[in-house]
Amino acid sequence: MAIPVRKFDAVIVGAGGAGMRASLQLAEAGFKVAVLSKVFPTRSHTVAAQGGIGAALGNMGEDSWMWHMYDTVKGSDWLGDQDAIEFLCREAPKVVIELEHFGMPFDRNADGTVYQRPFGGHMQNFGAGPAVQRSCCAADRTGHAMLHTLYQRNVRANTHFFVEWMALDLVRDASGQVLGVTAMEMETGEVSILHARAVLFATGGAGRIYSASTNAFINTGDGLGMAARAGIPLEDMEFWQFHPTGVAGAGVLITEGVRGEGGYLLNKNGERFMERYAPNAKDLASRDVVSRAMATEIKEGRGCGPDGDYLLLKLDHLGVDLIEDKLPGIREIAKKFANVDPVKDPIPVVPTCHYQMGGIPTNYRGEVVAPQSGDPEVVVAGFYAAGECACASVHGANRLGTNSLTDLLVFGKASGDTMIRFLKENPGHKDLPKDAADKTSARLARLDSQQGGESVHEVGAEMRRIMQAHCGVFRFPDMLIEGVKKIKETAERVKRTQIGDKSKVFNTARVEALELDNLIEVAVATLVSAEARNESRGAHDRADHHQRDDVNWLKHTLWYKESSRLDYKPVHMKPLTVQSVEPKVRTY
Amino acid sequence: MKFRIYRYDPDKDSQPRMQDYDVEMQPSDRMLLDALIRIKSVDDSLSLRRSCREGVCGSDAKNINGKNGLACITRLSDLKEPVELRPLPGLPVIRDLIVDMTQFFKQYHSVKPYLVNNQPSPEKERRQSPAEREELDGLYECILCACCSTACPSFWWNPDKFVGPAGLLQAYRFLADSRDEATSERLDNLEDPYRLFRCHSIMNCVDVCPKGLNPTRAIGKIKDLMVKRAV
Repeated sequence: MAIPVRKFDAVIVGAGGAGMRASLQLAEAGFKVAVLSKVFPTRSHTVAAQGGIGAALGNMGEDSWMWHMYDTVKGSDWLGDQDAIEFLCREAPKVVIELEHFGMPFDRNADGTVYQRPFGGHMQNFGAGPAVQRSCCAADRTGHAMLHTLYQRNVRANTHFFVEWMALDLVRDASGQVLGVTAMEMETGEVSILHARAVLFATGGAGRIYSASTNAFINTGDGLGMAARAGIPLEDMEFWQFHPTGVAGAGVLITEGVRGEGGYLLNKNGERFMERYAPNAKDLASRDVVSRAMATEIKEGRGCGPDGDYLLLKLDHLGVDLIEDKLPGIREIAKKFANVDPVKDPIPVVPTCHYQMGGIPTNYRGEVVAPQSGDPEVVVAGFYAAGECACASVHGANRLGTNSLTDLLVFGKASGDTMIRFLKENPGHKDLPKDAADKTSARLARLDSQQGGESVHEVGAEMRRIMQAHCGVFRFPDMLIEGVKKIKETAERVKRTQIGDKSKVFNTARVEALELDNLIEVAVATLVSAEARNESRGAHDRADHHQRDDVNWLKHTLWYKESSRLDYKPVHMKPLTVQSVEPKVRTY
Repeated sequence: MKFRIYRYDPDKDSQPRMQDYDVEMQPSDRMLLDALIRIKSVDDSLSLRRSCREGVCGSDAKNINGKNGLACITRLSDLKEPVELRPLPGLPVIRDLIVDMTQFFKQYHSVKPYLVNNQPSPEKERRQSPAEREELDGLYECILCACCSTACPSFWWNPDKFVGPAGLLQAYRFLADSRDEATSERLDNLEDPYRLFRCHSIMNCVDVCPKGLNPTRAIGKIKDLMVKRAV
């Protein structure tokens, strides 16, 4: 079967914040760039970010990118790479100002500067405190405002979007160089090879591996699945952020900005329990700390409601004016999904899977790196990753609130710039291998001809149940061992999924089956990596090893799909220009 | 719970049909989107768009018991049975509940929906007072779901010539931005018997907007600006 080939200078998979920040660099530099997205760009999950973008602008009082860096290293529980973190925090003010120039409708101070609110884990004076106001926001719709602004700027730059195209597999040649992707146009079901000189993955996270998730349906880890199938390792997949405040039962996110503006958590006794767990930062401690505190309250019988399975987020004391001005979207969500009006009543919340700290390993320039003949970080030629799907690693074992949007802007732009340099130095397309689309054709043919297989819906639900039960906020050694066994069995079942719908036209059953192929790689990587890490660090909390173990575990995990093998590589403790932040006990 | 859903797959149907479903809901099924996902788990051939499931991405707009809205924030308990679901009216149907939104986005793009400011970029942010920023409230929140434009008879008749409420709301979003310098070009771009003036203020757009926005008011303000520069 002859598959059509289309040629571009660069292909970007994903049109969220990172993909569209990168495409802007490339389009404005005059390159022919194709941006693929499963959904219309403004529907990408960046749209759901609420609280803000972390950048030390210092608009509200003294701040410094070095304080931001310290907070991010500490927030990462020292698993973040300090060169990448320095780069993130130093570049943050520049990319936020740029975004303002693009037209971003930031909230404002009386003097006309961008308004910034406090957020968890962001402190003054190298962690000494008090809290600093660093989160640049547009009410509680910052992601929406940012994503639309980036799309609008790309309209101006005439970026070529392939809307409702799903990338299926990575194309690499014998040397390992990345030469493009195979992709399916959803409206017609037709498959093409997009042949490129450089490929960027900006495919977002895979939060849909859990039953309870703040993530959109589209967050299925497509980039991670494609990379894993093409032999690229996945880094630090055991680290998943459980956001303290997902609406109980619904999973919908309630921004940390609520606590930034003065809201706080209560248990069933009406006690502000975070004072016990984090005497200084209280409700604005780092997310892993708050989520663990909440899970402990629930476990010890101080949860609210008939089943004692949630806690309450109180904000009525902020007053209706502040809530309408700074948190209008939250009020809307609480009314719709929790049946409470937060100007009067507290919102029932529970820690909910929110963010994937791990991903495709990259350096701080956005180049994908993998071990090769003893060197842990050899650049994979032609391959780049940015945003949640990438692991630079700036978030380490726990991401600070607001740093995800900062990550999208900083590394979206940096990867675009790196790609431009590569494109200038490497003119001309390398030949596609003869078997470029074989893997994809085989997957599609298998799915179309499968008989007696299981439903995608059922196998997917089983995967999500396993992840939820075996790899949540608290992790137990026996549950992890059993989880690994169960998820590997589920992975076998994924190979035999069957769809009833065989239509060529906008076949969403086929899309969901192909998405499950990606999700399951992420789920296996997560459980296998978590089972092996015998310590507690950031979001990974093991009941049998309650302490962080820097002697044995100050290192990044690498998971390979092939035989589910693990490898490790050192953390970059040396920043680019400043002094290293040495590991110490992490308290808030 | 009973549903009647518009079905059409050009791959096998010669014409559209309505299909009845009777499905048992679970206590966790609160919104219409939950019900659609439950239906899809038994009939995977039902095609629909969806993503954020919280009313911010704008994917899952459809015609629900005769009125446009987002499935993910429409409560099942508010719906009369059988719940009749159709694709957004006035746009070509690709399949089932999925419409071709090309024309809708073409109109959005036609208003040059991006900030125009040709001054050299300052080192810091462009200053904007809280009052100037407030002018953008009720405008920038649009999620491009197309509920409004596909509820508008003027858009049904002239989707190629009338910008429609969603596009015009965004046209005004940039006219209202103190940082934008293209007021006169923006007004020129809308000075035409169709592009702006086909709005007859019947306010269907306001009635259906799932975000509570008011395109009619924004259109009125554009008309005011037109008058102001004419005198």
